[in-house]
Amino acid sequence: MFPSDDHPGEQWVDQDAGPVVRPYALTGGRTRPTGEKVDLLALVCAVRGTSVDLSQLEHEQLLMLGLCRVPRPTADLAADLDLPLGVVRILISDLRERGLVTIHRPAPVGLTDPKILKDVADGLRRI
Amino acid sequence: MAYDGYEPALPAADIPFTIKILIAGGFGAGKTTLVSSVSEIRPLRTEEVLSERGESVDSLDGVEQKSTTTVAMDFGRITIRQDLVVYLFGTPGQQRFWFMWDELAYGALGAVVMADTRRLADCFPSVDYFERHDMPFVVAVNCFDGVRRYPLDSVRRALDLSTNSPVVLCDARRRESCRDVLVTLAEHALLRHSRSPEALPAG
Repeated sequence: MFPSDDHPGEQWVDQDAGPVVRPYALTGGRTRPTGEKVDLLALVCAVRGTSVDLSQLEHEQLLMLGLCRVPRPTADLAADLDLPLGVVRILISDLRERGLVTIHRPAPVGLTDPKILKDVADGLRRI
Repeated sequence: MAYDGYEPALPAADIPFTIKILIAGGFGAGKTTLVSSVSEIRPLRTEEVLSERGESVDSLDGVEQKSTTTVAMDFGRITIRQDLVVYLFGTPGQQRFWFMWDELAYGALGAVVMADTRRLADCFPSVDYFERHDMPFVVAVNCFDGVRRYPLDSVRRALDLSTNSPVVLCDARRRESCRDVLVTLAEHALLRHSRSPEALPAG
């Protein structure tokens, strides 16, 4: 419910409402990315040397570009930026549309490649 | 300018392998403790707009009437090599978050199901899920202080596992113990793969 002139004293946001600026304010209210859904472990990688004007970007998108100078999974970016996954997916899609990042599908190596499975088992044994 | 594909901007050799392992089990079974014992842990928030599937009544059209639900997951990272990183996802246990499980499970190496022998039934839904999806999993019986220990065979019988999934004891507070659970899972996945690659689901 939105406050109205008829009920000026009505309190419509309480402490349970969470942050007053809701995360989707960053995305202009959009809750779905354009194009296909970006996988949790899809690797996001900043494109170097583009001539795109960065002044139109949100602060969070600039932070994201800095973080993915080396390829980083979507979930990693969300945890580092402390933003919900849904919001990060939309911001990534926008960066992709501007040609500022590339997105690489994660290979489902766990199911198909015995060499990688062995490397994981051996690697975990050493931690 | 339209974006037109997923061409790598980097040589393929520079793209790391990312491995996903799910940590499931009932509330309070030790999922968070395990993830923090063995990895660099951070919270991962998702804020999902509930679809018709997740919401029984959704008769209003305006976007402002859609409800969102926030889920905080335990999210851990173990860097094995620069080009090989394991990510742990503590799966949200409550039933209303099950809409997320298919995405979490997609492409995963396998799962650890944490079990507490005082509330063994809490892990049944997770076991059912991974059996139904033919995903490798290990049941880790968390040894809480002062709780009666049961022989693993009787835990296995109580779980009524339909597969040969390993059942192991663990102390989620101890790094080595958690590491051993993850190694058991990776070896189990490898064994399954080498024994019957043709038996794996096509998609």
